[in-house]
Amino acid sequence: MTAPTTHAPQPTTHKNMTMVAAINDALDIALAADDTVHIFGEDVGVMGGVFRATDGLQAKHGQERVFDTPLAEAAIVGMGIGMGLAGLKPIAEIQFAGFLYPALDQILSHLGRYRHRTRSRYHLPMVIRAPYGGGVHTPEQHADSPEAILAHTPGVKVVIPSTPADAKGLLLSAINDPDPVFFFEAIKLYRSIKEDVPTGDYRVPIGKARIVTQGDDVTVICYGGMVEVAHKAAAAAHAAGIGVEVIDLRTLVPMDTDTIITSVAKTGRAIIVTEAPRTAGFHSEIAAIIAEEAIEHLRAPIIRVTGFDAPYPPFTAVEDVYRPNPLRVAKAIRQVMDY
Amino acid sequence: MVQCLAPDGSVVREDLLPDPGTRLELYRQMRRARHFDERGWVLYRQGRLGVFPPFGGMEASQVGTAAALTKNDWLFPTYRDTGAALTLGLPIARTLAYWRTSPHGWHMPADLKVLPFYIPIATQYPQAVGAALAERRQGTRNVAMAFIGDGGSSEGDFHEALNFAGALNAPCVFILQNNGWAISVPTRAQTRATDLSRRADGYGIPGVRVDGNDALATYHVTREAVERARDGGGPTLIETVTYRVKPHTVADDPSRYRSEADTAGWDAKDPVTRLRTHLLNAGLMTEASEADLLAEIAAEFEAALAEADSYPEPTPAEILDHVFAEPTPQLKKQRAEILAEHAQNGTQSSKEQA
Repeated sequence: MTAPTTHAPQPTTHKNMTMVAAINDALDIALAADDTVHIFGEDVGVMGGVFRATDGLQAKHGQERVFDTPLAEAAIVGMGIGMGLAGLKPIAEIQFAGFLYPALDQILSHLGRYRHRTRSRYHLPMVIRAPYGGGVHTPEQHADSPEAILAHTPGVKVVIPSTPADAKGLLLSAINDPDPVFFFEAIKLYRSIKEDVPTGDYRVPIGKARIVTQGDDVTVICYGGMVEVAHKAAAAAHAAGIGVEVIDLRTLVPMDTDTIITSVAKTGRAIIVTEAPRTAGFHSEIAAIIAEEAIEHLRAPIIRVTGFDAPYPPFTAVEDVYRPNPLRVAKAIRQVMDY
Repeated sequence: MVQCLAPDGSVVREDLLPDPGTRLELYRQMRRARHFDERGWVLYRQGRLGVFPPFGGMEASQVGTAAALTKNDWLFPTYRDTGAALTLGLPIARTLAYWRTSPHGWHMPADLKVLPFYIPIATQYPQAVGAALAERRQGTRNVAMAFIGDGGSSEGDFHEALNFAGALNAPCVFILQNNGWAISVPTRAQTRATDLSRRADGYGIPGVRVDGNDALATYHVTREAVERARDGGGPTLIETVTYRVKPHTVADDPSRYRSEADTAGWDAKDPVTRLRTHLLNAGLMTEASEADLLAEIAAEFEAALAEADSYPEPTPAEILDHVFAEPTPQLKKQRAEILAEHAQNGTQSSKEQA
């Protein structure tokens, strides 16, 4: 919507693939199209990444273009900033979003404000990819959802796809965006869904939400790993005669406010679903926007279905208590319908 | 510790002496830097400059190192490295504007790869590694130079950057200016290490300790490191042993944390006086030619000050400029809010609104 996005010709061929394969495909296309694209991070080279998102890319594009770094997130991001300043397009992988924290100084102090502090003399066309979120029984610290920290940082964009085709199309848009983009990939979705993905240089514009299901009664706003959860709840509600409009935000910064407000104006009910902790999350921003711009349409309080204000629990037996599931979303739907 | 001139200006390493033209140029740059520092204090007291960190006494550490670069190289300066930035060519007017808190100080000249002064400590080190690496990937012989203080060498980014630069063989020159103080904390309380150049050993890269008040020595060791980096030899860490004789900033009161005894003796090691004595003794400069030089420097500064005075103040909505290549819908909305609120404040805002 706001990013200068070049749309490739409408693809005529598709290939059925998982989200991780779609991401690999996008990276492969970007490396082939532009010599300045460089991919680096921990284990992205020889090993192809812990989730294999960069599998085969070093062998195909060379050790200078796809390379392993020492283990240090601040330097990975800081080095990427320097590479971006000097004319390259850096794509850094942070192995898990929960490992971003050591790099926050580089991100908050520099990545987001380089264009500003140099009056656009320099800009950073950098992409930082990070697997995020729970649902797959990872160890401590591997399942965090830190997107609100980034969304609160001026000067960086935040993109979170929920389907293989969107992952490819949004990632290629991110790589071609002149500004820094955080690209969060829901670990739960890497291999659990497959769909037909357009081949070639396929782009999905940054800043435009996707309406997953249409409905007249309730708007459910979500992104990334929660789209699948909301979709299941919407299907159940539909069977019970309740029309649920599920909006996949796709991009938190910039946010497609128009799509949210148009939908809430139609339904009069809003539920926001994320797996991040509840207090001060991005869901709170969405709720505030609805309150500011559509309160006259509301027929029920806005409800947030979220994780809790505790660290994400790596306890398999109770992990699902933390992470929103379709039943919790369904309960929220009943709640706003019965209000 | 590498030294070329003793504090009294006598030559201790004849073999390290740069050619006469270079020695005179180093002196000229040190004098420009000192003039900026001295006038800066006055301008601050007059309310014509904001709070800024003085660097008087550290000219050899900054000028001698930055002079080893060309305009194709990168310079990542901390807030105290005005002398280094001026040496590579940062215009005095822009530098004054920066410390006046004007956005005109954030407009860097297009023919220079000097970054704005870094406020966070040590973050510039990994960035210099990236810039250096990018130059090499693009087939140039350009290098990146980054500055830090003794306090900054306690930061994780310092260590990560040295390790990355070594592992990736980045053409980087790291200048660690050991000036004795991290605001109020002396180096001895900052670290148990006594020779900070040896931190390079841990990363498998060369470390050099140099008299940071000897411009000829800092120039010599830095030029060697720059040439090694250009030739593919990788990074170097250079510790310049110097002293912050001035307060941390013009608003700081160092009497709260250090005594006169701490600082005693450093005036006798003054880098400007040292090179001056050498140049006079060597017959490369006379008191008359020096007077001409100082007059030229003063005139250059006053012209730059007039230029800085001519920069217009920013308009309210400018605070939202340069966040993204294209403003987001959110920024457009916030811009409209500012314009509406400040519409009465002048023609610029009205024009933007139209």
